Amino acid sequence: MEPHYPLFYVFHFYLFGVIALASAVAFVTRKSPVAAALWLVNTMFALAALYVMLDAQFIGVMQVLVYAGAIMVVFLFVVMLLNLGHPSEIADTRGIWWKLAAGAIGVGLLSEIMIILRAKLPQQLIVPRDYAEVQLQKLNAVGVIADPLFKDYLLAFELTSVLLLVAIAGAVVLGRRERVAGAR
Amino acid sequence: MLAESLFFTAALFIIGVIGVMVRRNIIIIFMSIELILNAVNINLIAFSHYWQQVNGQIFAIFVITDAVAEAAVGLGILIALFRNKETVLADEVDLLKW
Repeated sequence: MEPHYPLFYVFHFYLFGVIALASAVAFVTRKSPVAAALWLVNTMFALAALYVMLDAQFIGVMQVLVYAGAIMVVFLFVVMLLNLGHPSEIADTRGIWWKLAAGAIGVGLLSEIMIILRAKLPQQLIVPRDYAEVQLQKLNAVGVIADPLFKDYLLAFELTSVLLLVAIAGAVVLGRRERVAGAR
Repeated sequence: MLAESLFFTAALFIIGVIGVMVRRNIIIIFMSIELILNAVNINLIAFSHYWQQVNGQIFAIFVITDAVAEAAVGLGILIALFRNKETVLADEVDLLKW
């Protein structure tokens, strides 16, 4: 069962959630890729605030640094690099049938989540209610993450480095200017 | 805050799906996928907060790492595509279509 949250907390939770949703809607409806990217950055910042409110301070910092800082800069860099011309010259959205299909899928997913929200979650907890707070006091915001990450999930962590190496090598190979032998 | 988080993430996920389906610009489609991954991340964090376990946060770290790798490779593919076909619109890339 959830503890009682003060009104201040609830108000700001809703505030940042609504900011995230409104920015996401603005992101999808903008024609210009640059404006869309900047609205998406706004969404990322609001979501970082939600992370911090949900006791995931380190993930919130990573969200700002990695998503808003690195990934979106790469996106903007590619937009500028391709130099696509004025956005109004490009008919960017698909036809009416695609929009209807997207709306139908949206309604379907929303009704699905409404059904899931009515389901009962297991109420009894394995750990006491303020377990995370105590851990947070004991190890601090980074230690709480680092402890299981480098013990229980060490193999997955090491495999992630291989994944990143493959991604870097793939990006370099794909971005190479000379033609690969055999390609058209 | 679990129900509210689930509602917000569901709405964000749906906005991302609609973006993937409706837009033709591959860059916007990539950014919509990032939005979907973010919605999933918030879900993981919300359940992690609900059950007072940090496992969800570690999953979120792995999801962020995957998003970085996907963005790097995807944008590399996009640049190679633009160099060869001079387009960033998804439905003009129809070499594999019969």
